[in-house]
Amino acid sequence: MLNLTDEQLKRYSRHIILQDVGPEGQAKLMEAKVLVVGAGGLGSPIALYLAAAGVGTIGIVDADVVEISNLQRQVIHFSSDIQRPKVDSAAEKMRAINPEIEVNSYKLYLDASNIKEIISDYDFVLDGTDNFATKFLVNDACVMAGIPFSHGGILRFDGQTMTVLPGRSACYRCSFRQPPPPEAVPSCSQAGVLGAIAGMLGTIQAAEALKFITGAGILLTDTLLTFDAKIMHFRRVVLKKRSDCPLCGENPTILDLTEIDRATCDLSV
Amino acid sequence: MEIRLNGESRFIDQITKMSVAGLLEMEQVTSPEMVAVQLNGEIVDRGTYHNTMIVDRNEVDFLYFMAGG
Ligand SMILES: [Zn+2]
Repeated sequence: MLNLTDEQLKRYSRHIILQDVGPEGQAKLMEAKVLVVGAGGLGSPIALYLAAAGVGTIGIVDADVVEISNLQRQVIHFSSDIQRPKVDSAAEKMRAINPEIEVNSYKLYLDASNIKEIISDYDFVLDGTDNFATKFLVNDACVMAGIPFSHGGILRFDGQTMTVLPGRSACYRCSFRQPPPPEAVPSCSQAGVLGAIAGMLGTIQAAEALKFITGAGILLTDTLLTFDAKIMHFRRVVLKKRSDCPLCGENPTILDLTEIDRATCDLSV
Repeated sequence: MEIRLNGESRFIDQITKMSVAGLLEMEQVTSPEMVAVQLNGEIVDRGTYHNTMIVDRNEVDFLYFMAGG
C-alpha cells in the first residue's frame, strides 16, 4: 500500500476508504507542499485541516503576533498565545495535531520582493490575507509563476472564494481588475466579521486544496462561490478568463510585481 | 423590464432600459467602488457605468470586494 505505515493507515483511514482519495490520494497529500498566506481567520481552519489531512509540507506566512481581538475567530490561537508570533502559535498546533508533517514558518509580510521565491517551493497556495494589496499580490505572483491557488475573502456575514489554475481558468483580476481605492474600503470600526464565517470560508478553501492535490472532484474554477450567512444563502457566479485581463489576458499590462498601497481595513484591529 | 440580478428575477416597472449607474443607485449600493459589475457575463468597465444600458432579460451580477481574512 504505497509504503503507508500501519499508523498512517489508521490515521488517514477515513481518507483512504474514500474512493476518490484512496491510498494513492493520501500518498499525494503526504508528498504535497502547500503554502498558507496568513495565520488569521481563514488561515486558522486552513492550517488545521491541512495538518490533520497529512499534507506533507505546509508553509505558513504571517508577520503579526496574536492579539486578544483575534481569538473570536482565529481558532488556531489560544488565550495563552497572546503576544506570541502567529506563525509560532500556528506551527505548534499543527505539529501537535500531526507530528508527521513538516511546517515552514515565515514571520514576514509578503511583498513584491520576497513572494516569488517563497511561493516557488509550493504546489498550491491559499490566500487567507486581510488586505487587498496582498490578495492582488498573491494573485499576480501565482499567475506569473503558474502556481494554482485559492482566493478567499470575508466581511461581516459574507464570504467569497474561487480557485485559480493559472493560464487555464479565470484569475482574481479577470473580474476584480484592481484594488478599490483605500478610501472606499470600509473603515475598521465599520467592518467586522462573525467569527464562524472565517471557519466556513477557510474550510471550503482547505477542501479545494485537498481536492487539487488528490485530483478528487471538480475544482471551484471559473466560479465565484459567495455566501451570505445572515440568510444562509450560497450562490455560484460563473466567471470567465478574460482576454482583456490586465494580468492573464492577451495584452497584459501587468508585467511585473509592484507594491500596492497596503492601507486598508485590518479586521484584526 | 425583467432582469436577473444576482441570480434572482427582478421586475422593474415602467422602464425599458436602465444604466448600470442607475441600477447601482436603485439597489442602494453605497460604495460602487467596492463592487465589480458583470453584465451578461462580461465585466463592465468602471468608466462606462453611465452609458452602459441594461435591458429586458439581461443578467447582472454585483461581485463585491471582500478583503477580510
Ligand atoms: Zn486574469
